[in-house]
Amino acid sequence: MTSNVPAIEPDYLHAQTNRKGIGAWIFSTDHKRIGILYMVSMLVFFMTAVVLGVLMRLEMLTPGKTIMQPQTYNTFFTLHGIMMIFLFIIPGLPAVFGNFLLPLMIGAKDVFFPRLNLLSWWLFITGGLLALVSLFLPGGPADTGWTFYVPYSIRTTTNVIPALFAAFILGFSSILTGLNFITTIHRMRAPGMTWFKMPLFTWALYSTAWIQILATPVIGITLLLVVVERLFGVGIFDPNLGGDPVLYQHLFWIYSHPAVYIMILPGLGVVSEILPVFARRTIFGYKVIAYSSLAIAFIGSLVWAHHMFTVGMSNTGMFIFSLLTFLVSIPSAIKVFNWIATLYKGSIKIEVPFLFVLSFIFQFSIGGLTGLMLGVLAVNIHVQDTYFVVGHFHYVMFGGTGFGLMAAMHFWFPKMFGKMFKKTPAIIGWLLMTIGFNTLYFPMFILGYLGMPRRYYDYLPQYQSYHIVSTVGSWILFIGILVIFINLLISLKKGMKASANPWGGKTLEWTVASPPPVENFHEIPVVEKGPYDYSEYEIKPELIK
Amino acid sequence: MTTAATTHTHRDDVGSRMGMWLFLFTELILFGGLFIIYAVYRFKFPEQFSLAARELDTLIGTVNTIILLTSSLTVALSITAIQQGKKHLSMMLIGMTIIFALAFLVNKYFEWSHKISIGIYPQSPELLNKPPGEILYFGLYYVMTGLHALHVIIGMVVLLFSMVFIASGKINQQSYVKLEAGGLYWHLVDIIWIFLFPLFYLIS
Amino acid sequence: MSQHEEQHTQHSIGYGRYILIWLGLLAFTGITVTLAGIDLGRWVIITSLVIASIKSILVLNVFMHLKFEDKMFKIFVLVAVATLVIFISLTFFDYAFY
Repeated sequence: MTSNVPAIEPDYLHAQTNRKGIGAWIFSTDHKRIGILYMVSMLVFFMTAVVLGVLMRLEMLTPGKTIMQPQTYNTFFTLHGIMMIFLFIIPGLPAVFGNFLLPLMIGAKDVFFPRLNLLSWWLFITGGLLALVSLFLPGGPADTGWTFYVPYSIRTTTNVIPALFAAFILGFSSILTGLNFITTIHRMRAPGMTWFKMPLFTWALYSTAWIQILATPVIGITLLLVVVERLFGVGIFDPNLGGDPVLYQHLFWIYSHPAVYIMILPGLGVVSEILPVFARRTIFGYKVIAYSSLAIAFIGSLVWAHHMFTVGMSNTGMFIFSLLTFLVSIPSAIKVFNWIATLYKGSIKIEVPFLFVLSFIFQFSIGGLTGLMLGVLAVNIHVQDTYFVVGHFHYVMFGGTGFGLMAAMHFWFPKMFGKMFKKTPAIIGWLLMTIGFNTLYFPMFILGYLGMPRRYYDYLPQYQSYHIVSTVGSWILFIGILVIFINLLISLKKGMKASANPWGGKTLEWTVASPPPVENFHEIPVVEKGPYDYSEYEIKPELIK
Repeated sequence: MTTAATTHTHRDDVGSRMGMWLFLFTELILFGGLFIIYAVYRFKFPEQFSLAARELDTLIGTVNTIILLTSSLTVALSITAIQQGKKHLSMMLIGMTIIFALAFLVNKYFEWSHKISIGIYPQSPELLNKPPGEILYFGLYYVMTGLHALHVIIGMVVLLFSMVFIASGKINQQSYVKLEAGGLYWHLVDIIWIFLFPLFYLIS
Repeated sequence: MSQHEEQHTQHSIGYGRYILIWLGLLAFTGITVTLAGIDLGRWVIITSLVIASIKSILVLNVFMHLKFEDKMFKIFVLVAVATLVIFISLTFFDYAFY
């Protein structure tokens, strides 16, 4: 170890390792390379699921058959759900950006268990491939929807078992990532980085990791039980054997509701990270945002049965879960208010990541407020299992997390690859995505309110005009996504070289070179200031006079 | 700079144990899902559950409880032994733990095969004739003790590796966090059984 | 490094203490089996769960060294157990109120 820092040293993308070619990546324990691995694999699954979604929308263009058979449609929405949820949104932000950024943000050289981290990726790939293989096995792809509700999932002859195993393995991967992150945050923060000097994305990852650890095993065992029931006919959920299918739903949602917070919390963290940089202003209410992440994780684990208001729960149960659902909106709203307050009197610089963040806030607010409507018992009975739910879900998950991911991709692209992207095509892509997204999903609220049920292959002619609008929206959105990705891919090759800190960020990842060196930091930094110290931009009161 | 780098790359046993504890929580919640199912079904069918529990042999259950508690003791002692540098004592104690685990599984085997021989197994005509509460009880019995037995087997493999590592010197008086992690896992298997035992054997 | 090891030897527990705890665990097993033999009606499940919890606390604290760990570890365990308890009790808001 010498104290002479070499003038030019290989970054993590080009560093020589003892393995060559692709082996240097898929066997690497470097958190940055693992992050990129996740990104590539996740985007492949994402694009596949997007294509499935666009085809489903095309099918809905006219009543009756447009392009596919009903059974194909059923497998399409099942696959679209499984891939988007388990292979894209859940691992999306935490596994890609969490892996890449967490050690950089807290001033560490890697995560605490680097080899376990690689294992998580391998499990992720195994699960993903298993899900894909299940498509082509005899029996046909699963047609249960991503929820695998019993008793249908026990009786259908399609390939439910490989799909269940795939979800189980993916859950395991998610657990190991969470475990790794919690240990890393507890044990590896740089000297001086107290809990309240951590970047807010790290706080979001921390809260997410706890849900991953404490909720995922419930779905693990539940899915395994369905496998056991199918294989051995053990009586657990099967009503023929005295079992209670509603109990399956309870267990499923004990995980799957908190899971939507696994999906959205890191997105909220990304917004808290990007806003202060482009508002050139210290984030408003740092501690409250940090605590609200924990609060969302906690309260979010208590509201699962609001997915089940029409299954015949007890009235007490419905009342309690409706009440708890209202509570979870408080910490979410706190975040939105704090973001808006951060913008107030900031010196805003319009850049692509910032535009995505603005779309995020707009769409997340609509998604959140319609979620409150769904939490109201009377309204819920009316719109349960209609397109209203589909609209709400996509506004939060795609309008929120999806756009958050796009914001993160553009914000940290220079850091990850050392290249700048072209601004104009990115803005065009953002505009297309925002217009397309709202055209696609907003009519669903109206459709649902009018009574169009979700997951139906066919519909009455009176709904068609809304379906047409929605399908046209899906084309615009699709083009927008293509523009965004093609632009990023071209920039990867031809982009201008990025400086270490192109946006003027204040968190630690911007203090190292772009792309970062293998070891991240030559010298572990000593942290003295909070993460968003933009006091130099503040207008001093004495100057105004 | 040198100091900063070395303090950072130094071994952090507390962190390793923290990771292990977090993993144990996931195991706890994994069984927790089954405990939720058990609680609901027992609440729905209290009489049928206690009737079905009469088919279980409390003696075998008690013997297995004692075996597991003792194996927990031996694995705990093995850590003290390695801390004192007594390599062979430590290996012997882990060996005893593995033997206890085997004994537990042998008992379990006889218990299950007895159940199967009197016609109580999933989808058996005997079982399907029983009321729903009893079918569910035995469904849970097979799944929960089965999953537990699977964990006993995994625990044995982990402990076997610990033994090899002690022999090769990879686990030694200075560095034994791997053994601690294996021990923690084994104790969790024990704790799960501490709850399974009364819930299945002592409610008749 | 050396400081680290010293910290460890402090955690070391004597053989005698383990054996004592083991005897306690066996005693509690005896008690719970005996109590189950007496017809306590619906109290059986409560007494046996209480005893199982006491046994688990003994295993956690001594065998698993929780007593000697960082305070953070104890908070973690509480969070994990509380989560499970919350899951079970909230589920019963459905089942217990028919």
